[in-house]
Amino acid sequence: MTEKHLPIAVRLLPLFVLLIGLAIWFSLSRLNLFPESVFPSPVAVAKGLGTEVRTGRLFDDLIASLFRVTTGFLIAVGLGLPTGLWLGHHFRSRLALLPVINFFRSLSPLAWIPFAILWFGIGDLPAIFLIFMACFFPIVIATVGAVAAIPSIYFRIARDYSFNGAELLMKVTLPAIAPQVITSLRVTAGLAWLVVVAAEMIAGRDGLGFAIWDARNGLRMDLLVAGMIVIGVIGVVIDRILVRLMRISSVRWGYER
Amino acid sequence: MSDKALETEDVSVVFDSLEVFRNLSLGIPRGEFVAVVGPSGCGKTTLLNLFSGYLKPSAGRVVCSGRVRMVYQTDSLFPWQTVAQNIALGLRNVEDKNERAKQLDQMLRLIKLDDFASHYPHQLSGGMRQRVELARALVGDSDILLLDEPFSSLDYLARLRMRRELARMLDELPRTVVLVTHDIEEAAQLADRILVLSDRPARICRELRPGLERPREPTHPAVVEAVHCVLMELGLEESKPQLFAESPVA
Repeated sequence: MTEKHLPIAVRLLPLFVLLIGLAIWFSLSRLNLFPESVFPSPVAVAKGLGTEVRTGRLFDDLIASLFRVTTGFLIAVGLGLPTGLWLGHHFRSRLALLPVINFFRSLSPLAWIPFAILWFGIGDLPAIFLIFMACFFPIVIATVGAVAAIPSIYFRIARDYSFNGAELLMKVTLPAIAPQVITSLRVTAGLAWLVVVAAEMIAGRDGLGFAIWDARNGLRMDLLVAGMIVIGVIGVVIDRILVRLMRISSVRWGYER
Repeated sequence: MSDKALETEDVSVVFDSLEVFRNLSLGIPRGEFVAVVGPSGCGKTTLLNLFSGYLKPSAGRVVCSGRVRMVYQTDSLFPWQTVAQNIALGLRNVEDKNERAKQLDQMLRLIKLDDFASHYPHQLSGGMRQRVELARALVGDSDILLLDEPFSSLDYLARLRMRRELARMLDELPRTVVLVTHDIEEAAQLADRILVLSDRPARICRELRPGLERPREPTHPAVVEAVHCVLMELGLEESKPQLFAESPVA
């Protein structure tokens, strides 16, 4: 059953959960169990968020973070996908390089932060580098796996119907791996969004991560929570955008079979 | 031009130490429907691979006069393409765009899937997918159709229907056909000539000609008789009814 076939009451369930969460938060803060400085109320957070919007700082931070995520992510996709395709088709290269790629994939991208600052200083570049390091290796691994899983019968058909090299790539390999690659893009985009916040906290002078760090230094827990909410909402929005790729009719076979 | 669409001359095939064929000679005239049956692993699919050019013989010669298309045992439709796009693969050699569209429409009507042209394979039943596979192989200017257990994944009733469909499609678009199958009834119902292969190294140990027009009923005495004869040859039945003529094996 697809989402649009569900009754409206069922489709609104996430909204109900959100409202219940807000009600619990509101009730707890009304009970004054914790001081406002460690447990800000929804009202204080809403006011803080309003201030950030009015002054334009939220917008500036959002743009800075989105720019870093988009750039780092696109570079990782642009290099990771061809690398994965190449390794997927070349057994010996795969045998030689996959352990190294697995090694780097297992390293937390945050371990690169000292080098990122040493090599690129403060600003956009270290964050972009860290996002690239977080996304590149998982994309390569996912693409290699997807290429290796293409049923050989598709290549036999391509041979029977005289596909040339470019057609084989564009009309067989890429469409055959598209569903798995889209799934991996969803996962890595989420990872990129996680990493940008951490990177900006340490190696940034703006961005949502820096805004949270700044709020923490100024003991503005209301702004800190406001920043967390914005980060969470943008993360969901990015995922919803990528989910739309899964609805393209020529890739639905990968999710419905 | 030879009257043979397919021919093997003293063909031997050896994989490492596994001898599949030794000096196999076989000719298939144009327009004939030949079914190849035999024990598992005896080399039936290898024979198709030789005819399609996918495999080169270790010795001997394979002659193939015409454009070959093959239908496989496994689901080989591209799942990211619609029914129409999959069938259109068979029209890649037709240069005129209007002619391609015309032939595609005709084929969709022939397989009675004109309402499903924009559906994807995963939205079709097993029988419908198999019809699309056949359509892709039959459309355009192919001459020879190689069928590697094309209906083995279908249930019995669907297989019966597909045999009728295939016979009907071949009436419209005659081809030289080589059908490899485990289903002896299928061979008896469809083929002009049934070749029974022995164990490896495979040789043709029996040829049968049911000698009836298609489509044949699965319970027709000649079909039942052919099934009996093949089963006997494979050592799976004892008695030997004789209702039709056999060709001597060369």
